[in-house]
Amino acid sequence: MARRVAIVGTGQTDHRSHRPDVNGREMIYEAVKRALDDCQLSIHDIDAIIIGNMDHFESINYVDTWSVEGSGAVMKPIMKVTTGGTTGASVAIAAYYHVASGFFDKVLAIGWEKNSESDTTAAIITCSDPVWDRAFYSGAIPSLATEASAYMKQYGATQEDAARVAVRDRTNALSNPHAHLRKPITIEDVMASPMLAYPIKLLDVCPRTDGAAAVVFAADGVAQKIAPKPAWIRACAARHTYSWFGDVDYNAGLLSLQRASKEAYQRAGIREPADEIDVAELYLPYSYAGLKWIEDLGFCGPGEGPGFIRDGHTDMGGKIPVNPSGGVISTNCIGATALLRVAEAAMQVMGKAGQRQVPDVEVALATGFGGCFWSDVLILGKARP
Amino acid sequence: MATERDYGELLTLTFSTPMPYEWSIGKYGSLFFHEIRESQRFTGIRCPQCGKVYVPPRRLCAPCFKELDELIILPNLGSIMAFSVVNYPFPDPATGEQRPIPYTYGCIKIEGSDNIFNHVIDETNVEKIAVGMKVAAVFKGKEEMQGNIQDIRHFRILG
Ligand SMILES: [Zn+2]
Repeated sequence: MARRVAIVGTGQTDHRSHRPDVNGREMIYEAVKRALDDCQLSIHDIDAIIIGNMDHFESINYVDTWSVEGSGAVMKPIMKVTTGGTTGASVAIAAYYHVASGFFDKVLAIGWEKNSESDTTAAIITCSDPVWDRAFYSGAIPSLATEASAYMKQYGATQEDAARVAVRDRTNALSNPHAHLRKPITIEDVMASPMLAYPIKLLDVCPRTDGAAAVVFAADGVAQKIAPKPAWIRACAARHTYSWFGDVDYNAGLLSLQRASKEAYQRAGIREPADEIDVAELYLPYSYAGLKWIEDLGFCGPGEGPGFIRDGHTDMGGKIPVNPSGGVISTNCIGATALLRVAEAAMQVMGKAGQRQVPDVEVALATGFGGCFWSDVLILGKARP
Repeated sequence: MATERDYGELLTLTFSTPMPYEWSIGKYGSLFFHEIRESQRFTGIRCPQCGKVYVPPRRLCAPCFKELDELIILPNLGSIMAFSVVNYPFPDPATGEQRPIPYTYGCIKIEGSDNIFNHVIDETNVEKIAVGMKVAAVFKGKEEMQGNIQDIRHFRILG
Protein backbone atom coordinates (compact mmCIF):
# COMPACT_ATOMS: atom_id res chain seq x y z
CA MET A 1 0.00 0.00 0.00
CA ALA A 2 1.48 3.34 -1.06
CA ARG A 3 2.02 5.99 1.61
CA ARG A 4 0.35 9.36 1.35
CA VAL A 5 2.74 12.06 0.14
CA ALA A 6 2.64 15.85 0.16
CA ILE A 7 4.67 18.70 -1.26
CA VAL A 8 6.05 20.81 1.59
CA GLY A 9 8.30 23.31 -0.16
CA THR A 10 9.10 24.80 -3.56
CA GLY A 11 11.84 26.98 -4.99
CA GLN A 12 12.66 28.49 -8.35
CA THR A 13 15.19 30.83 -9.89
CA ASP A 14 14.39 34.23 -11.35
CA HIS A 15 14.16 33.04 -14.92
CA ARG A 16 16.06 34.83 -17.68
CA SER A 17 16.99 34.23 -21.31
CA HIS A 18 20.69 34.04 -20.42
CA ARG A 19 22.47 33.56 -17.09
CA PRO A 20 26.17 33.83 -17.95
CA ASP A 21 26.78 34.73 -14.29
CA VAL A 22 26.22 31.13 -13.17
CA ASN A 23 27.11 27.68 -14.48
CA GLY A 24 24.44 24.94 -14.42
CA ARG A 25 25.36 23.66 -10.96
CA GLU A 26 25.29 27.13 -9.47
CA MET A 27 21.91 27.81 -11.02
CA ILE A 28 20.53 24.51 -9.69
CA TYR A 29 21.77 25.55 -6.24
CA GLU A 30 19.69 28.74 -6.33
CA ALA A 31 16.45 26.77 -6.77
CA VAL A 32 17.41 24.11 -4.21
CA LYS A 33 18.31 26.76 -1.61
CA ARG A 34 14.97 28.49 -2.11
CA ALA A 35 13.03 25.22 -1.84
CA LEU A 36 14.81 24.27 1.39
CA ASP A 37 14.30 27.77 2.81
CA ASP A 38 10.63 27.63 1.85
CA CYS A 39 10.08 24.63 4.15
CA GLN A 40 12.86 25.49 6.60
CA LEU A 41 14.77 22.28 6.03
CA SER A 42 18.50 21.81 5.63
CA ILE A 43 20.07 19.70 2.89
CA HIS A 44 20.91 17.20 5.67
CA ASP A 45 17.18 16.54 6.12
CA ILE A 46 16.86 15.32 2.50
CA ASP A 47 17.00 11.52 2.05
CA ALA A 48 17.19 11.26 -1.77
CA ILE A 49 17.25 13.44 -4.87
CA ILE A 50 15.77 13.10 -8.37
CA ILE A 51 17.14 15.45 -11.03
CA GLY A 52 16.31 15.93 -14.69
CA ASN A 53 16.94 18.06 -17.75
CA MET A 54 16.97 17.68 -21.54
CA ASP A 55 19.58 15.34 -22.98
CA HIS A 56 21.87 17.17 -25.42
CA PHE A 57 20.97 20.70 -24.37
CA GLU A 58 24.09 21.32 -22.31
CA SER A 59 26.00 18.24 -23.51
CA ILE A 60 26.35 16.99 -19.92
CA ASN A 61 25.71 13.24 -19.92
CA TYR A 62 26.00 12.51 -16.20
CA VAL A 63 23.93 15.28 -14.76
CA ASP A 64 23.24 13.29 -11.59
CA THR A 65 26.92 13.13 -10.62
CA TRP A 66 28.00 16.38 -12.29
CA SER A 67 25.39 18.44 -10.43
CA VAL A 68 26.00 17.31 -6.84
CA GLU A 69 27.51 20.54 -5.55
CA GLY A 70 24.34 22.37 -6.61
CA SER A 71 21.80 19.67 -5.84
CA GLY A 72 23.32 18.83 -2.46
CA ALA A 73 23.51 15.13 -3.34
CA VAL A 74 26.98 14.39 -1.96
CA MET A 75 26.75 10.96 -0.25
CA LYS A 76 23.02 10.69 -0.96
CA PRO A 77 21.04 8.60 -3.43
CA ILE A 78 20.49 10.68 -6.59
CA MET A 79 19.18 9.59 -9.97
CA LYS A 80 18.59 11.34 -13.24
CA VAL A 81 15.18 11.02 -14.90
CA THR A 82 14.76 12.49 -18.34
CA THR A 83 11.69 12.18 -20.55
CA GLY A 84 11.97 15.19 -22.86
CA GLY A 85 9.53 18.03 -22.24
CA THR A 86 7.80 16.05 -19.50
CA THR A 87 11.07 15.71 -17.56
CA GLY A 88 10.00 18.12 -14.83
CA ALA A 89 6.74 16.25 -14.18
CA SER A 90 8.54 12.93 -14.42
CA VAL A 91 11.04 13.93 -11.70
CA ALA A 92 8.06 14.98 -9.57
CA ILE A 93 6.32 11.65 -10.14
CA ALA A 94 9.56 9.75 -9.45
CA ALA A 95 10.06 11.71 -6.21
CA TYR A 96 6.46 10.89 -5.27
CA TYR A 97 7.09 7.18 -5.93
CA HIS A 98 10.24 7.31 -3.78
CA VAL A 99 8.32 8.68 -0.79
CA ALA A 100 5.17 6.62 -1.40
CA SER A 101 7.27 3.45 -1.44
CA GLY A 102 8.18 3.92 2.19
CA PHE A 103 11.91 3.88 1.55
CA PHE A 104 12.43 7.65 1.84
CA ASP A 105 10.68 10.29 3.99
CA LYS A 106 11.89 13.49 2.32
CA VAL A 107 12.85 13.63 -1.34
CA LEU A 108 13.97 16.59 -3.42
CA ALA A 109 12.94 16.85 -7.09
CA ILE A 110 14.97 19.15 -9.35
CA GLY A 111 14.46 20.25 -12.95
CA TRP A 112 16.74 22.68 -14.73
CA GLU A 113 17.88 23.94 -18.10
CA LYS A 114 20.44 26.33 -19.50
CA ASN A 115 18.77 26.81 -22.84
CA SER A 116 21.30 29.50 -23.68
CA GLU A 117 24.11 26.94 -23.87
CA SER A 118 23.11 25.38 -27.19
CA ASP A 119 20.74 25.89 -30.10
CA THR A 120 17.43 24.63 -28.70
CA THR A 121 16.03 23.60 -32.08
CA ALA A 122 19.16 21.70 -33.10
CA ALA A 123 19.23 19.97 -29.70
CA ILE A 124 15.54 19.01 -29.91
CA ILE A 125 16.05 17.62 -33.42
CA THR A 126 18.33 14.98 -31.92
CA CYS A 127 15.24 13.46 -30.24
CA SER A 128 13.90 12.47 -33.66
CA ASP A 129 14.81 9.24 -35.43
CA PRO A 130 18.11 9.78 -37.29
CA VAL A 131 17.17 7.60 -40.27
CA TRP A 132 13.55 8.58 -40.90
CA ASP A 133 12.57 11.82 -39.20
CA ARG A 134 15.64 13.94 -38.57
CA ALA A 135 16.30 15.22 -42.09
CA PHE A 136 13.11 17.29 -42.23
CA TYR A 137 12.13 17.61 -38.58
CA SER A 138 12.86 21.10 -37.33
CA GLY A 139 12.19 20.89 -33.61
CA ALA A 140 9.06 21.38 -31.58
CA ILE A 141 7.43 24.13 -33.61
CA PRO A 142 6.45 22.35 -36.86
CA SER A 143 5.12 19.22 -35.19
CA LEU A 144 2.97 21.53 -33.10
CA ALA A 145 2.15 23.55 -36.21
CA THR A 146 0.91 20.44 -37.97
CA GLU A 147 -1.27 19.66 -34.96
CA ALA A 148 -2.59 23.24 -34.99
CA SER A 149 -3.35 23.26 -38.71
CA ALA A 150 -5.24 19.97 -38.41
CA TYR A 151 -7.24 21.38 -35.43
CA MET A 152 -8.11 24.58 -37.30
CA LYS A 153 -9.27 22.56 -40.28
CA GLN A 154 -11.37 20.24 -38.10
CA TYR A 155 -13.12 22.88 -35.94
CA GLY A 156 -12.71 26.20 -37.72
CA ALA A 157 -10.57 27.69 -34.93
CA THR A 158 -8.74 30.88 -35.93
CA GLN A 159 -5.32 32.39 -35.31
CA GLU A 160 -7.05 35.05 -33.17
CA ASP A 161 -8.55 32.32 -30.97
CA ALA A 162 -5.04 31.04 -30.29
CA ALA A 163 -3.65 34.54 -29.75
CA ARG A 164 -6.15 34.97 -26.90
CA VAL A 165 -4.38 32.12 -25.04
CA ALA A 166 -0.96 33.77 -25.43
CA VAL A 167 -2.36 37.09 -24.19
CA ARG A 168 -3.93 35.38 -21.15
CA ASP A 169 -0.68 33.68 -20.12
CA ARG A 170 1.53 36.70 -20.76
CA THR A 171 -0.89 38.89 -18.79
CA ASN A 172 -0.75 36.47 -15.85
CA ALA A 173 3.07 36.56 -15.95
CA LEU A 174 2.93 40.22 -14.93
CA SER A 175 1.97 39.01 -11.42
CA ASN A 176 4.80 36.46 -11.22
CA PRO A 177 8.14 37.96 -10.13
CA HIS A 178 10.01 34.81 -11.30
CA ALA A 179 8.63 34.81 -14.87
CA HIS A 180 10.97 35.33 -17.82
CA LEU A 181 8.77 37.40 -20.18
CA ARG A 182 6.99 40.12 -18.23
CA LYS A 183 5.84 42.59 -20.87
CA PRO A 184 2.12 42.84 -21.64
CA ILE A 185 1.01 41.86 -25.16
CA THR A 186 -2.23 42.19 -27.13
CA ILE A 187 -3.97 40.01 -29.72
CA GLU A 188 -2.80 42.51 -32.35
CA ASP A 189 0.82 42.05 -31.19
CA VAL A 190 0.51 38.28 -31.56
CA MET A 191 -1.05 38.57 -35.01
CA ALA A 192 1.66 40.99 -36.16
CA SER A 193 4.58 38.90 -34.85
CA PRO A 194 6.73 37.01 -37.40
CA MET A 195 5.38 33.74 -38.80
CA LEU A 196 7.70 30.93 -37.67
CA ALA A 197 5.83 27.96 -39.09
CA TYR A 198 2.26 28.43 -40.24
CA PRO A 199 0.06 28.99 -38.21
CA ILE A 200 2.50 29.58 -35.33
CA LYS A 201 3.90 33.08 -34.90
CA LEU A 202 6.66 34.24 -32.59
CA LEU A 203 4.30 35.33 -29.79
CA ASP A 204 2.30 32.08 -29.99
CA VAL A 205 5.22 30.07 -28.76
CA CYS A 206 7.34 29.61 -25.61
CA PRO A 207 10.70 31.36 -25.17
CA ARG A 208 14.06 29.75 -24.35
CA THR A 209 14.95 30.27 -20.72
CA ASP A 210 17.76 29.62 -18.27
CA GLY A 211 16.24 28.48 -14.99
CA ALA A 212 15.76 25.79 -12.37
CA ALA A 213 13.01 24.54 -10.05
CA ALA A 214 13.10 22.38 -6.93
CA VAL A 215 10.26 20.76 -4.97
CA VAL A 216 10.40 18.91 -1.63
CA PHE A 217 8.14 15.86 -1.17
CA ALA A 218 7.48 14.39 2.30
CA ALA A 219 5.67 11.41 3.74
CA ASP A 220 2.41 11.47 5.68
CA GLY A 221 3.23 12.24 9.31
CA VAL A 222 6.45 14.03 8.37
CA ALA A 223 4.85 16.47 5.93
CA GLN A 224 2.43 17.98 8.46
CA LYS A 225 5.32 18.76 10.82
CA ILE A 226 7.24 20.56 8.06
CA ALA A 227 4.40 22.51 6.48
CA PRO A 228 1.19 23.61 8.20
CA LYS A 229 -0.72 23.33 4.90
CA PRO A 230 1.08 20.87 2.63
CA ALA A 231 -0.13 20.14 -0.91
CA TRP A 232 -1.15 16.48 -0.98
CA ILE A 233 -0.61 14.37 -4.08
CA ARG A 234 -4.09 13.11 -4.94
CA ALA A 235 -3.12 11.34 -8.16
CA CYS A 236 -0.53 11.17 -10.87
CA ALA A 237 -0.45 9.45 -14.26
CA ALA A 238 1.86 9.26 -17.26
CA ARG A 239 1.21 8.15 -20.84
CA HIS A 240 3.62 7.81 -23.71
CA THR A 241 1.91 7.07 -26.98
CA TYR A 242 4.21 7.23 -29.99
CA SER A 243 7.74 6.46 -31.03
CA TRP A 244 7.43 7.60 -34.65
CA PHE A 245 6.15 11.07 -35.49
CA GLY A 246 4.18 9.47 -38.31
CA ASP A 247 2.10 7.44 -35.87
CA VAL A 248 0.41 10.52 -34.42
CA ASP A 249 -3.29 10.70 -35.23
CA TYR A 250 -3.68 14.49 -35.24
CA ASN A 251 -7.45 14.29 -35.52
CA ALA A 252 -7.81 12.17 -32.38
CA GLY A 253 -6.59 14.96 -30.11
CA LEU A 254 -3.75 14.58 -27.65
CA LEU A 255 -4.47 10.95 -26.80
CA SER A 256 -1.78 10.71 -24.11
CA LEU A 257 -3.32 13.65 -22.23
CA GLN A 258 -6.84 12.22 -22.61
CA ARG A 259 -5.75 8.91 -21.12
CA ALA A 260 -3.46 10.27 -18.40
CA SER A 261 -6.02 12.82 -17.19
CA LYS A 262 -8.81 10.23 -17.24
CA GLU A 263 -6.77 7.95 -15.00
CA ALA A 264 -5.80 10.80 -12.67
CA TYR A 265 -9.41 12.05 -12.41
CA GLN A 266 -10.58 8.54 -11.60
CA ARG A 267 -8.01 8.15 -8.82
CA ALA A 268 -8.82 11.57 -7.39
CA GLY A 269 -12.59 11.00 -7.71
CA ILE A 270 -13.08 13.92 -10.10
CA ARG A 271 -16.08 13.70 -12.45
CA GLU A 272 -16.47 17.26 -13.73
CA PRO A 273 -12.93 18.63 -14.05
CA ALA A 274 -13.88 22.22 -14.88
CA ASP A 275 -16.20 22.36 -11.83
CA GLU A 276 -14.11 20.41 -9.35
CA ILE A 277 -10.60 21.71 -10.13
CA ASP A 278 -9.94 25.21 -8.83
CA VAL A 279 -6.81 26.07 -10.79
CA ALA A 280 -4.72 24.45 -13.53
CA GLU A 281 -1.03 24.90 -14.37
CA LEU A 282 -0.82 23.39 -17.83
CA TYR A 283 2.26 22.70 -19.92
CA LEU A 284 1.08 24.66 -22.96
CA PRO A 285 4.19 25.19 -25.10
CA TYR A 286 2.23 27.16 -27.67
CA SER A 287 -1.05 29.01 -27.82
CA TYR A 288 -3.05 26.48 -29.87
CA ALA A 289 -2.51 23.89 -27.12
CA GLY A 290 -4.53 26.18 -24.88
CA LEU A 291 -7.51 25.61 -27.19
CA LYS A 292 -7.15 21.94 -28.04
CA TRP A 293 -5.64 20.35 -24.96
CA ILE A 294 -8.26 21.75 -22.55
CA GLU A 295 -10.69 19.66 -24.61
CA ASP A 296 -8.47 16.60 -24.11
CA LEU A 297 -8.48 17.41 -20.38
CA GLY A 298 -12.29 17.48 -20.42
CA PHE A 299 -12.65 21.14 -19.41
CA CYS A 300 -15.01 21.44 -22.40
CA GLY A 301 -16.15 19.33 -25.35
CA PRO A 302 -14.35 18.75 -28.66
CA GLY A 303 -14.19 21.97 -30.68
CA GLU A 304 -15.42 24.06 -27.74
CA GLY A 305 -11.95 25.27 -26.68
CA PRO A 306 -12.02 28.62 -28.52
CA GLY A 307 -15.44 29.52 -27.04
CA PHE A 308 -14.40 28.40 -23.55
CA ILE A 309 -11.36 30.73 -23.74
CA ARG A 310 -13.32 33.61 -25.31
CA ASP A 311 -15.90 33.44 -22.49
CA GLY A 312 -13.13 34.01 -19.95
CA HIS A 313 -13.55 30.70 -18.10
CA THR A 314 -9.78 30.20 -17.88
CA ASP A 315 -8.94 33.78 -16.87
CA MET A 316 -8.05 34.76 -13.30
CA GLY A 317 -11.46 34.96 -11.59
CA GLY A 318 -12.97 32.55 -14.14
CA LYS A 319 -14.44 29.08 -13.66
CA ILE A 320 -11.02 27.37 -13.84
CA PRO A 321 -8.10 29.80 -14.02
CA VAL A 322 -5.31 28.40 -16.20
CA ASN A 323 -1.62 29.29 -15.71
CA PRO A 324 -1.68 32.03 -13.05
CA SER A 325 2.13 31.83 -13.23
CA GLY A 326 2.17 32.94 -16.86
CA GLY A 327 2.74 29.40 -18.03
CA VAL A 328 5.23 28.04 -20.52
CA ILE A 329 4.62 30.85 -23.01
CA SER A 330 6.19 33.20 -20.44
CA THR A 331 8.94 30.93 -19.02
CA ASN A 332 10.49 27.84 -20.56
CA CYS A 333 13.60 26.41 -18.96
CA ILE A 334 12.62 23.07 -20.47
CA GLY A 335 13.84 20.48 -17.93
CA ALA A 336 12.31 22.67 -15.21
CA THR A 337 9.18 23.65 -17.11
CA ALA A 338 6.90 20.78 -16.06
CA LEU A 339 8.25 20.87 -12.49
CA LEU A 340 7.34 24.56 -12.40
CA ARG A 341 3.76 23.51 -13.21
CA VAL A 342 3.82 21.16 -10.20
CA ALA A 343 5.48 23.79 -7.98
CA GLU A 344 3.00 26.47 -8.99
CA ALA A 345 0.04 24.11 -8.43
CA ALA A 346 1.46 23.28 -4.98
CA MET A 347 1.90 26.98 -4.16
CA GLN A 348 -1.74 27.57 -5.10
CA VAL A 349 -2.90 24.77 -2.78
CA MET A 350 -0.62 25.98 0.03
CA GLY A 351 -1.81 29.58 -0.36
CA LYS A 352 1.71 30.75 -1.15
CA ALA A 353 1.23 32.08 -4.68
CA GLY A 354 1.40 35.76 -3.71
CA GLN A 355 -0.06 38.16 -6.25
CA ARG A 356 -0.99 35.29 -8.55
CA GLN A 357 -2.93 33.39 -5.85
CA VAL A 358 -6.36 32.02 -6.84
CA PRO A 359 -8.65 32.28 -3.78
CA ASP A 360 -9.61 29.13 -1.83
CA VAL A 361 -7.87 26.47 -3.88
CA GLU A 362 -8.84 22.97 -2.75
CA VAL A 363 -7.74 21.07 -5.87
CA ALA A 364 -5.07 21.98 -8.44
CA LEU A 365 -4.03 20.28 -11.66
CA ALA A 366 -0.53 20.24 -13.16
CA THR A 367 0.48 18.74 -16.51
CA GLY A 368 3.64 18.02 -18.45
CA PHE A 369 4.00 17.65 -22.21
CA GLY A 370 6.92 16.35 -24.21
CA GLY A 371 7.93 14.94 -27.52
CA CYS A 372 6.83 12.61 -28.85
CA PHE A 373 3.33 13.60 -27.71
CA TRP A 374 3.77 12.27 -24.16
CA SER A 375 1.76 13.55 -21.18
CA ASP A 376 2.13 13.56 -17.40
CA VAL A 377 -0.71 14.64 -15.09
CA LEU A 378 -0.65 15.41 -11.35
CA ILE A 379 -3.56 16.39 -9.12
CA LEU A 380 -2.80 18.13 -5.82
CA GLY A 381 -5.21 18.90 -3.01
CA LYS A 382 -5.52 20.70 0.30
CA ALA A 383 -7.30 17.77 2.00
CA ARG A 384 -5.26 14.75 3.10
CA PRO A 385 -6.46 11.97 0.75
CA MET B 1 33.24 28.54 -37.41
CA ALA B 2 36.15 30.07 -35.44
CA THR B 3 35.11 33.41 -34.05
CA GLU B 4 37.11 35.99 -32.19
CA ARG B 5 37.30 35.39 -28.45
CA ASP B 6 34.85 37.59 -26.60
CA TYR B 7 36.73 38.75 -23.52
CA GLY B 8 33.76 40.24 -21.69
CA GLU B 9 33.62 40.02 -17.92
CA LEU B 10 31.66 36.74 -18.01
CA LEU B 11 33.29 34.18 -20.32
CA THR B 12 31.77 31.20 -22.14
CA LEU B 13 33.52 28.16 -23.62
CA THR B 14 32.69 27.12 -27.19
CA PHE B 15 32.63 23.55 -28.54
CA SER B 16 32.17 23.08 -32.29
CA THR B 17 33.91 19.78 -33.12
CA PRO B 18 32.02 17.33 -35.38
CA MET B 19 31.19 13.98 -33.72
CA PRO B 20 30.35 11.30 -36.33
CA TYR B 21 27.77 8.53 -35.80
CA GLU B 22 26.76 5.48 -37.83
CA TRP B 23 23.13 4.42 -37.36
CA SER B 24 21.81 0.98 -38.34
CA ILE B 25 18.79 1.21 -40.63
CA GLY B 26 17.81 -2.44 -40.10
CA LYS B 27 16.48 -5.14 -42.40
CA TYR B 28 13.13 -3.64 -43.35
CA GLY B 29 14.38 -0.07 -43.52
CA SER B 30 17.21 -1.13 -45.82
CA LEU B 31 14.73 -2.98 -48.00
CA PHE B 32 12.62 0.20 -48.26
CA PHE B 33 15.57 2.12 -49.73
CA HIS B 34 16.54 -0.78 -52.04
CA GLU B 35 12.97 -0.86 -53.45
CA ILE B 36 13.05 2.88 -54.05
CA ARG B 37 16.37 2.58 -55.87
CA GLU B 38 15.41 -0.44 -57.98
CA SER B 39 11.72 0.19 -58.64
CA GLN B 40 10.92 3.74 -57.47
CA ARG B 41 8.14 2.48 -55.24
CA PHE B 42 7.27 2.44 -51.54
CA THR B 43 7.13 -0.62 -49.30
CA GLY B 44 4.95 -0.97 -46.23
CA ILE B 45 4.41 -3.72 -43.68
CA ARG B 46 1.23 -5.07 -42.06
CA CYS B 47 0.77 -5.97 -38.39
CA PRO B 48 -0.65 -9.50 -38.03
CA GLN B 49 -2.59 -8.47 -34.91
CA CYS B 50 -4.16 -5.05 -35.55
CA GLY B 51 -3.88 -5.10 -39.36
CA LYS B 52 -2.31 -1.65 -39.46
CA VAL B 53 -0.02 -1.00 -42.45
CA TYR B 54 3.11 1.00 -41.60
CA VAL B 55 5.32 2.90 -44.02
CA PRO B 56 8.32 2.86 -43.83
CA PRO B 57 8.34 -0.82 -42.85
CA ARG B 58 9.55 -1.66 -39.35
CA ARG B 59 10.08 -4.78 -37.31
CA LEU B 60 7.63 -4.02 -34.50
CA CYS B 61 4.09 -2.73 -33.96
CA ALA B 62 4.35 -0.66 -30.77
CA PRO B 63 0.74 -0.89 -29.47
CA CYS B 64 0.53 -4.66 -30.18
CA PHE B 65 4.16 -5.40 -29.22
CA LYS B 66 4.22 -7.86 -32.15
CA GLU B 67 6.82 -8.66 -34.79
CA LEU B 68 5.80 -7.84 -38.37
CA ASP B 69 6.83 -9.62 -41.60
CA GLU B 70 4.09 -9.12 -44.21
CA LEU B 71 5.59 -6.66 -46.67
CA ILE B 72 3.25 -4.74 -48.99
CA ILE B 73 4.02 -2.70 -52.11
CA LEU B 74 2.43 0.75 -51.93
CA PRO B 75 1.89 3.46 -54.57
CA ASN B 76 3.97 6.64 -54.54
CA LEU B 77 0.81 8.62 -53.94
CA GLY B 78 -0.69 10.09 -50.83
CA SER B 79 -2.65 12.95 -49.35
CA ILE B 80 -1.67 15.81 -47.02
CA MET B 81 -2.89 15.22 -43.47
CA ALA B 82 -1.12 18.27 -42.03
CA PHE B 83 1.70 20.59 -43.02
CA SER B 84 3.80 23.47 -41.82
CA VAL B 85 6.00 25.97 -43.63
CA VAL B 86 9.25 26.30 -41.67
CA ASN B 87 10.45 29.89 -41.71
CA TYR B 88 12.97 30.21 -38.89
CA PRO B 89 16.73 29.60 -39.14
CA PHE B 90 18.52 26.90 -37.14
CA PRO B 91 21.65 24.74 -37.42
CA ASP B 92 20.96 21.24 -38.75
CA PRO B 93 22.53 18.69 -36.36
CA ALA B 94 22.98 16.37 -39.35
CA THR B 95 25.30 18.77 -41.16
CA GLY B 96 26.32 21.44 -38.68
CA GLU B 97 25.22 23.97 -41.29
CA GLN B 98 22.12 26.11 -41.32
CA ARG B 99 19.22 24.20 -42.89
CA PRO B 100 17.90 26.04 -45.97
CA ILE B 101 14.56 27.76 -45.30
CA PRO B 102 11.74 28.16 -46.07
CA TYR B 103 10.64 24.59 -46.62
CA THR B 104 7.36 22.78 -46.10
CA TYR B 105 7.20 19.90 -43.65
CA GLY B 106 4.39 17.59 -44.76
CA CYS B 107 2.53 14.82 -42.95
CA ILE B 108 1.50 12.55 -45.80
CA LYS B 109 -0.83 9.56 -45.69
CA ILE B 110 0.48 7.16 -48.34
CA GLU B 111 -2.37 5.33 -50.08
CA GLY B 112 -2.87 1.89 -48.56
CA SER B 113 -1.06 2.73 -45.31
CA ASP B 114 -2.41 3.63 -41.89
CA ASN B 115 0.30 5.85 -40.46
CA ILE B 116 1.80 9.13 -41.65
CA PHE B 117 4.94 9.55 -43.72
CA ASN B 118 6.82 12.75 -42.93
CA HIS B 119 8.67 14.49 -45.73
CA VAL B 120 8.96 17.73 -47.66
CA ILE B 121 6.38 19.23 -50.01
CA ASP B 122 7.83 21.40 -52.81
CA GLU B 123 5.48 24.34 -52.25
CA THR B 124 6.11 27.06 -49.65
CA ASN B 125 3.16 29.33 -50.45
CA VAL B 126 0.63 28.64 -47.68
CA GLU B 127 -2.20 29.77 -50.00
CA LYS B 128 -1.41 26.94 -52.41
CA ILE B 129 -1.35 24.09 -49.86
CA ALA B 130 -4.33 22.55 -48.11
CA VAL B 131 -4.99 19.56 -45.92
CA GLY B 132 -6.50 16.80 -48.09
CA MET B 133 -4.57 17.63 -51.29
CA LYS B 134 -3.17 14.68 -53.27
CA VAL B 135 0.60 14.44 -53.61
CA ALA B 136 3.07 12.22 -55.46
CA ALA B 137 6.64 11.32 -54.48
CA VAL B 138 9.43 12.64 -56.72
CA PHE B 139 12.58 10.53 -56.56
CA LYS B 140 16.19 11.39 -57.26
CA GLY B 141 17.86 9.79 -60.25
CA LYS B 142 19.13 6.28 -59.48
CA GLU B 143 22.79 7.31 -59.79
CA GLU B 144 22.25 10.15 -57.27
CA MET B 145 20.62 7.95 -54.64
CA GLN B 146 22.42 7.29 -51.34
CA GLY B 147 20.09 4.86 -49.57
CA ASN B 148 18.64 7.55 -47.32
CA ILE B 149 15.44 9.52 -46.93
CA GLN B 150 16.67 12.19 -49.35
CA ASP B 151 16.43 9.59 -52.15
CA ILE B 152 12.87 10.89 -52.17
CA ARG B 153 13.47 14.43 -53.40
CA HIS B 154 10.10 15.74 -52.19
CA PHE B 155 6.35 15.35 -52.68
CA ARG B 156 4.67 17.26 -55.46
CA ILE B 157 1.10 18.55 -55.17
CA LEU B 158 -1.26 17.01 -57.75
CA GLY B 159 -4.20 19.19 -56.70
ZN1 LIG C 1 -0.41 -4.02 -34.40
